[in-house]
Amino acid sequence: MRGTDHTLKGALDALAAGETTSVALTEAHLEAIARLNPRLNAFITVTGEQALQAARASDARRAAGQAGPLEGVPLAIKDLFCTAGVQTTAGSRILGGYVPPYESTVTANLLRDGAVFLGKVNLDEFAMGSSNTTSASGPVENPWSRANDPDTRLVPGGSSGGSAAAVAARLALGATATDTGGSIRQPAAFCGIAGIKPTYGRCSRFGIVAFASSLDQAGPVARTVEDCAILLKSMAGFDAKDATSADLPVPDFAAATRRSVKGLRIGVPREYRLDGTPPEIEALWQQGLAWLRDQGAETVEISLPHTEYALPTYYIVAPAEASSNLARYDGVRFGLRETAPGSDLRDLYERTRAAGFGAEVRRRIMIGTYVLSAGYYDAYYLKAQKVRALIRRDFEQAWARCDAIVTPATPSAAFGMDEKQDDPVKMYLNDVFTVTANLAGLPGLAVPAGLDAQGLPLGLQVIGKAFDEETCFAVGAAIERAANFTALPGLRADAA
Amino acid sequence: MSLDAATVRRIASLARIRLEEEEVARMQAELNGILGWIEQLQAVDTAGVEPMAGGSPVQSSAGMRMREDAVTDGGIAEAVLANAPDRMGEYFGVPKVVE
Repeated sequence: MRGTDHTLKGALDALAAGETTSVALTEAHLEAIARLNPRLNAFITVTGEQALQAARASDARRAAGQAGPLEGVPLAIKDLFCTAGVQTTAGSRILGGYVPPYESTVTANLLRDGAVFLGKVNLDEFAMGSSNTTSASGPVENPWSRANDPDTRLVPGGSSGGSAAAVAARLALGATATDTGGSIRQPAAFCGIAGIKPTYGRCSRFGIVAFASSLDQAGPVARTVEDCAILLKSMAGFDAKDATSADLPVPDFAAATRRSVKGLRIGVPREYRLDGTPPEIEALWQQGLAWLRDQGAETVEISLPHTEYALPTYYIVAPAEASSNLARYDGVRFGLRETAPGSDLRDLYERTRAAGFGAEVRRRIMIGTYVLSAGYYDAYYLKAQKVRALIRRDFEQAWARCDAIVTPATPSAAFGMDEKQDDPVKMYLNDVFTVTANLAGLPGLAVPAGLDAQGLPLGLQVIGKAFDEETCFAVGAAIERAANFTALPGLRADAA
Repeated sequence: MSLDAATVRRIASLARIRLEEEEVARMQAELNGILGWIEQLQAVDTAGVEPMAGGSPVQSSAGMRMREDAVTDGGIAEAVLANAPDRMGEYFGVPKVVE
């Protein structure tokens, strides 16, 4: 068996049984990256030497009987997580050359548990996007293509497009990702893999480049629901360095993937039936609900009445917070600096920010600045915070009738790299099914469930109660078992 | 409400983003497209609704911790300055601010 064929759980078992080593796994993945990354552009930085060194140290720890829960497993890290001594770009020119002097809490937790980092993976600039086409390091290609149109290159989704493409193409056994409006779940669905955005507060945000602080959450993407559960267990946990970190014990998520769904009530929100959704997505949704009923769950129709206002609410709250968070990029303390002869300090700020931020980031900073400006704050920002409270209340009322909610993950399969680029609002609609969980702070898991007529993967989403990722994992694993999703993308490490 | 060109220039100035004159019309059209779309929120009845601040799914801000007011870090000027585009001694360098 090739090193890149394993699931993460399979690799851990093979390592424990002495059938492989971390060095062998790491070499296999580095070889696959060298071969496929020139086409996929999933990795921005490959830290091959460091990875091999870490793998050797890991094998030594295992030999000494000191194996951690992720001992020796090669992972990819979204280039939004600060990694000490390794360039971190956030997909932006404005951070050009930035080398963090410290490690993010999530990546420190993974290192503590024995993981090996292969490098930093691509993303939409500052995690703002649904296509991974806004990165200063160039677009990422989805390893899948349409059966009847194999030459059209597709997006992997975004913003965690590099994470999802790397895992789907078997360039890593798992990856870290972040999700502000759907940035874990939409790329996972587009690339035929699993991913979970946990409850707000479950993973520390310390050392993750900030986009919208009340919405940002870190989570894993991996090829199975169980692999995500194993990764999240290591990533999560209380951290005094993040004032919004939840001081709660981290459950055994992997055990939850083996729980029965018998007797669970699965909510089906009627507002998620949208005009214009392709019939195969509606059919897959019904199929997913039938699979859960077959395993003893009950499905109940519920209402989340403010759903249609979620995206407009998000596009006030997120840009407002982004305009504030991104004020730190001023050309003074780190990253890019642009000046002209005779520039004063203000001119330095304005030239640096114009040259350093891409078009989508500039747009969102402008929107955020406007909605927070004198005279408009109440009409936009305060209004959006009130509607956000109503969206959270919708879910609280729904939990009286159900234990988890199942919806489609995305309104379409992966689209072409040159599609949806002319109208920002059209691009924003990608997150229509995922953004509500961010606004309400709830966990959401995406699981691959089938293929469309073109042979592209489609995913379902499981939304859970606050801090009840375990039920998300149980329901997601039940869908995964029934779907038996074995299709593979054309571009992958073990393909000829 | 629709933004005019002068307002677009004012927002760019508040955001400290240099906007060339030939970029104003395009930015204006894009911002108005987005603002026109989010305008639908005005239709929601939010009378008596407490605004949700922060991302916690659990209502009440009483859960926010206060940490002890103590120095936990410091004395690492070299690490802090390592990424500076310009520095003088232990200070960040910027163009002259005071004549």
